[in-house]
This record gives sequence, structure tokens and C-alpha cells, in this order.
Amino acid sequence: MSLTKAERTVILSMWDKISAQADAIGTEALERLFASYPQTKTYFPHLDLRPGSAHLRVHGAKVVAALGDAVKSIDNIAGALAKLSELHAYILRVDPVNFKLLSHCLLVTVASHFPADFTADAHTAWDKFLCIVSCVLTEKYR
Amino acid sequence: MVHLTADEKSLVSGLWSKVNVDEVGGEALGRLLVVYPWTQRFFDSFGDLSSPDAVMGNPKVKAHGKKVLNSFSDGLKNLDNLKGTFAKLSELHCDKLHVDPENFKLLGNVLVCVLARHFGKQFTPQAQGAFQKVVAGVANALAHKYH
Repeated sequence: MSLTKAERTVILSMWDKISAQADAIGTEALERLFASYPQTKTYFPHLDLRPGSAHLRVHGAKVVAALGDAVKSIDNIAGALAKLSELHAYILRVDPVNFKLLSHCLLVTVASHFPADFTADAHTAWDKFLCIVSCVLTEKYR
Repeated sequence: MVHLTADEKSLVSGLWSKVNVDEVGGEALGRLLVVYPWTQRFFDSFGDLSSPDAVMGNPKVKAHGKKVLNSFSDGLKNLDNLKGTFAKLSELHCDKLHVDPENFKLLGNVLVCVLARHFGKQFTPQAQGAFQKVVAGVANALAHKYH
């Protein structure tokens, strides 16, 4: 699966708006993840995951920054996320099913913040993009 | 059985009362067909599904989306007995329509995205959590009679 030219354009055009609220969006996506899929909290026993916590904000910001790296190198996401891919494979070892859950929560967050921009085309582009990111992050698992 | 807290029940019914079920149904089904184009396999008779605009504007898609969401709406009135409520529909989707239950999960998640788009900030993480339980319950109920 790869992004069409049109899909890349959609993502790049929305990215400015998203990155302007990067921290809020990252934090909210994580809050949504933990509210809908409480089992995902098992990966964060070392963090304070209560809504509003500084830990959540820091981690949410990290997640969106990494997505930003992928967007900036949208023609070579595997290259941009190579180090993160190794981190997830050898250290974090987050079960692959969870990438779909976080991807869904990111989509929901973007939909709620940017309803006019989140057309059916944009929905497709973002879903594919997050799918590709998830694949890259799990590709060294075995 | 779906286990919603009292708060979750009130979040769900509060938001659902503001939903235009007919419109949201069409949008959700349309987005399913656009975002996950392989789902079009069930709708050969629907005519033009050749582009996102064609899908979202297709009158058969809108009509069918309306049907689907009205049925979902019935489920919301019977959260304590989703399996009973959807028993006949489950048999239909297995025996006559031959729909992989994975599609119920896909549609459920697309519906959640559409609700987020419509309600914005009001669709809080807690509201989403409640709706995720409901769509999972409905998906399970629709798969329950499969054999």
C-alpha cells in the first residue's frame, strides 16, 4: 500500500493546521485511546495517565512530532522512522494490534478538530498514512 | 451484553438524540465504501461507486445507509439485549448476504469518526469510549448467529 500523489497533497495541506495544535491533538488522541481501550494503559505503568497530566502532554507531543517526521519525509516514511521502528521492535514491543487502536483515535481526534477538512478523501488519506506508519513501526518485530 | 455505566448511557442517549439518523447513516456507509473500497464487493447493484464524490452522492448508498442506521438506532433502545434484537439480522448477514463480520467493526469505527466530525468537542474521550462499547456490542450481536 502506498499513498497516491493526491493523498500526499491532502496530508501535507492539513499538516500545518494539525501541527499548530500538535500537543493538544497528541494528548487528546492518547486520552481517547485510554478511555476507549483501557488495556492499552498496560504499556504505561510508569506514567501518570490521568487527563490533564503533564506526562500525557509530553507523550502526546512526542507521538505527533514523530508523525510530523513521517509527513516531512512522506516519500520515505520507512527511512524517517527507522530508529523508532527499532525502538518498538526491540525495546517497547507493543503488540501490533494496538497501532490500529491509536490510529483510529488519531483519526477521531482529527475529525473532531477539523470537521470541514476531514472529507471522505482526507479520511482515506489519513487512514492509509497511519496504516503505513504502523507497518513501518512493526516491520522489524520478527 | 454491553456494560455501560449510568454516565455512559446518558452520554450515548444525549448525543444520539441530536443525530440526524438518516444523514449520518448515508455518510457513514459512504465513507465505509470510500475509505475501505473492498467493502464495495457487497454492493454491485448500487451503480456508480467510481469516485468518492460518486459514492457520497449515490442515492442507493444514502438510502441503504439510512436503513442500516435506523436499525442501529433500534439497538440503542435495547442495549441489554443486543443479541436478541439483532438475531434475525445476524442470520440474514450470514446465510443470505455472506458478509464477513469484520465489516461490522469497520462500519462501527467509521460511524464513530462521523459522530466525532459532527459533534466536535462534545464528542469527548468519555463519549467516544461509550460509543466504542456500543458499536462493539452491535458488531458482536450481528456476528452471534454465524455458523
